Amino acid sequence: MVARTLEQKLAILSDAAKYDASCASSGGQRRDSRDGNGIGSTTGSGICHAYTPDGRCISLLKILMTNFCIYDCAYCVNRVSSNVERARFTPEEVIHLTLEFYRRNYIEGLFLSSGIIRSPDDTMADMVRIARELRQVHRFRGYVHLKTIPDADPKLIEEAGLYADRLSINVELPTDASVRDYAPEKNPDQIRKAMADVRVLKEAAKDKTHTGKRARKFAPAGQSTQMIVGADGANDATILTSSTRLYSSYKLKRVYYSAFSPIPDASAVLPLVKPPLIREHRLYQADWLMRFYGFDVTEIVANRTDGNLDLEIDPKLAWALANRHIFPVDVNRADRETLLRVPGFGTKTVGRILVTRRHRTLRYDDLRRMGANLKNARPFIHALDWSPRTLTDTADLRARFAPPPEQLSLF
Amino acid sequence: MYHVDLPRIGTFEAWRGKARALRAAGVKSHEVLWTRGEPAGDLFADSLPPEGDAPLTVPRGFLDLARMAIWHSDPERFARLYALLDVLQTDKRLIEDRADPRVARLNAMAKEVGRDKHKMTAFVRFREVDSDGPRRRFAAWFEPSHFIMEPSAPFFAKRFGDMDWSIFTPDLSAHFDGTVRFDDGAAKPPLPEDATEDLWRTYFRSIFNPARVKVSAMQSEMPKKYWKNLPEASLIPEMIATAQARASAMAEAAPTMAPARAARVTERLRSGQDRVEDALGACRRCALWSSATQAVPGEGPLDAPLMLVGEQPGDREDLTGRPFVGPAGQVLDRALEAVGLVREALYLTNAVKHFKFRPRGKARIHQSPDRGEVMACKWWLDLEVERVRPKLIVALGATALASLIGTGQGLMKRRGTVEQTPEGVPVLVTVHPSYLLRLPDAARPEAEALFRADLTLARERIGEMGGAAPRR
Repeated sequence: MVARTLEQKLAILSDAAKYDASCASSGGQRRDSRDGNGIGSTTGSGICHAYTPDGRCISLLKILMTNFCIYDCAYCVNRVSSNVERARFTPEEVIHLTLEFYRRNYIEGLFLSSGIIRSPDDTMADMVRIARELRQVHRFRGYVHLKTIPDADPKLIEEAGLYADRLSINVELPTDASVRDYAPEKNPDQIRKAMADVRVLKEAAKDKTHTGKRARKFAPAGQSTQMIVGADGANDATILTSSTRLYSSYKLKRVYYSAFSPIPDASAVLPLVKPPLIREHRLYQADWLMRFYGFDVTEIVANRTDGNLDLEIDPKLAWALANRHIFPVDVNRADRETLLRVPGFGTKTVGRILVTRRHRTLRYDDLRRMGANLKNARPFIHALDWSPRTLTDTADLRARFAPPPEQLSLF
Repeated sequence: MYHVDLPRIGTFEAWRGKARALRAAGVKSHEVLWTRGEPAGDLFADSLPPEGDAPLTVPRGFLDLARMAIWHSDPERFARLYALLDVLQTDKRLIEDRADPRVARLNAMAKEVGRDKHKMTAFVRFREVDSDGPRRRFAAWFEPSHFIMEPSAPFFAKRFGDMDWSIFTPDLSAHFDGTVRFDDGAAKPPLPEDATEDLWRTYFRSIFNPARVKVSAMQSEMPKKYWKNLPEASLIPEMIATAQARASAMAEAAPTMAPARAARVTERLRSGQDRVEDALGACRRCALWSSATQAVPGEGPLDAPLMLVGEQPGDREDLTGRPFVGPAGQVLDRALEAVGLVREALYLTNAVKHFKFRPRGKARIHQSPDRGEVMACKWWLDLEVERVRPKLIVALGATALASLIGTGQGLMKRRGTVEQTPEGVPVLVTVHPSYLLRLPDAARPEAEALFRADLTLARERIGEMGGAAPRR
């Protein structure tokens, strides 16, 4: 085989990495290189340096160390039974690309993942070596996200956490049964244990040691995971229940939902469909409601007979339409929890309402200036000069929000 | 009428100084004409009042607002800020009123500046240029919508500390060699080709997923006005144009034969896999496994004379896979030490081996196992009792008691007494250490003393029965 150029390897190994949805570079420690003795900074909030036509941001150099893999996960482009082109970076090549891209302000840092070669320990050790050299030899202070390999020696995961801002382990599919069906070499118990280990290590790093010294920071930007949506038969209720469990058990920063998307040389086991992008979007909305708006998963899917979210309207609006007895809410009196339930009010708007109404009574136009989406909110609120009257209970209220039914074309 | 011309570099500090002086002299906002970098004198303008240090206070929030809004391209920005400064002197709370049109307008301007600054940190693209010193040198051309070179420079200085760089914009240019220096704006400079840009374009093309085209999402975050200075943007039209065909080709391609080595690898992996896994870990006798991390087995020597049985693992135990390592475990450890029992010499386990909880936000709220779950798990507890053959079992709390004896009712009446399992193993009844954690402070010392008395009884009983009482 002719040796591949760096550009050819980059093409293969970034193509192979794109099915990981995460590209976040936020959270964690603040660092900079103002001292002139190194390169890079993290500001706490990430930066998206470019967007591709799939609407996804490029924040990190997201690549695989290698796409050779001994596992045979049906949904994965890199599974052992696929005929895609294979390549492998040397650790030096990964380091070179990261630093040169970083110096030109293309990226916030590196998101390194890998197919499993030889053994989980060997693969993880190479990844840790890359992170260690970036930090120690090149004094790189940008963002590093390592995808950890659940079956690797916990000692390697512990070391990875010293160099990486974020660690992630993908649960891959919403239920254990699906993992066994589609990723037979992966072990859901092992994945959970690895996430538990990361949480325990991170919490231990927060405690001061007995000498009073602070332990070294461990994965300061926390851990995240990803679930593929639409490959197995799991409904949204199952997916969201699974996320709720993951958030509460392992203190995850994020659960990413990745619509199952056609891949080159797909497996016959999983027929290719158009990726369910709207479903993915609704899941993220529901996820937000659970994390920032005080919703419980059971409320979100309560009125859905098939356990799937309404694709036509967002889950907060759907919930409000199904719980109209709570509305309209008086924006001048309601408490924070109630205001957060109003469609069209975000957490920032609610904060502004609470501050401003200390000084005066709010009118309809005030809400608009405070950033509320009144198209959604108006049937559900009272203000000094606004009452929805019978609008809240109108039978066709849903129709006002849902997209018009598609007209069938004549043949 | 006053004319204040502010410098192009250090605009904010200059505005602040002038505004303080004008305000101290009682000048109203309609009496001032503000410009930036346009010193062409207005011959009829009044001479400015001197800058003094008369005290002038502003509410928190105004300075933050001014520091952003001042860079907006709206020529009225200085006057708007000065007018708000004036109003704030009589009504300081106005700054919090996001719905006041004056505050709202300036906040909107600040937000636009913030977004422009953010986009600058994202979309500046450096090219490497020749360097005559030891540090590498880079340069970029950028066209922001507002006057943001000055407030954006610290970001680049902090990030690119070990290299020299220049950023040219039409309004100002910034140069860094360890410290930042500002200079006049420039026209687009000719920058040399940089081979790394080709690698970047390769990356941009390859990371795109043609099966999920969302052009509007891309454009709302990367508006076309920035495209002309982004080396990757020229690829976008072709990427969109061919996406549909690429996606359909993937969908329509027939499955291929797996490469020959695949079957060998899979065969080796699956045969080598230890599928016998720890039997307890694979237990599906009840549904609790599905939300827990792992089954938590008992821990301790298999010839321990004393076995302690708790209720179920908690949050900590679930994460680490070991019994009694959470807060209740620490209470137990202290009690054991106080009565002279060595934890390592005891066998510690739980009636139920998986953690039962209800997620609430970022926490897991403990839930007591129901009778069905306790009975399903009794299989494992019985197995442990059979293996260890303890001289005495201590039942910690009602759940353990229910599992061992059949009923956990009337715990407080039964505590301190010794009952028997159906198989005839003596069981000393006491409370669960977590009960002590839930008590109000005033009641705790007495309850702790009783708990320790029960444990002391256990220690003495093993001694009487001739077992090696695990004393230290």
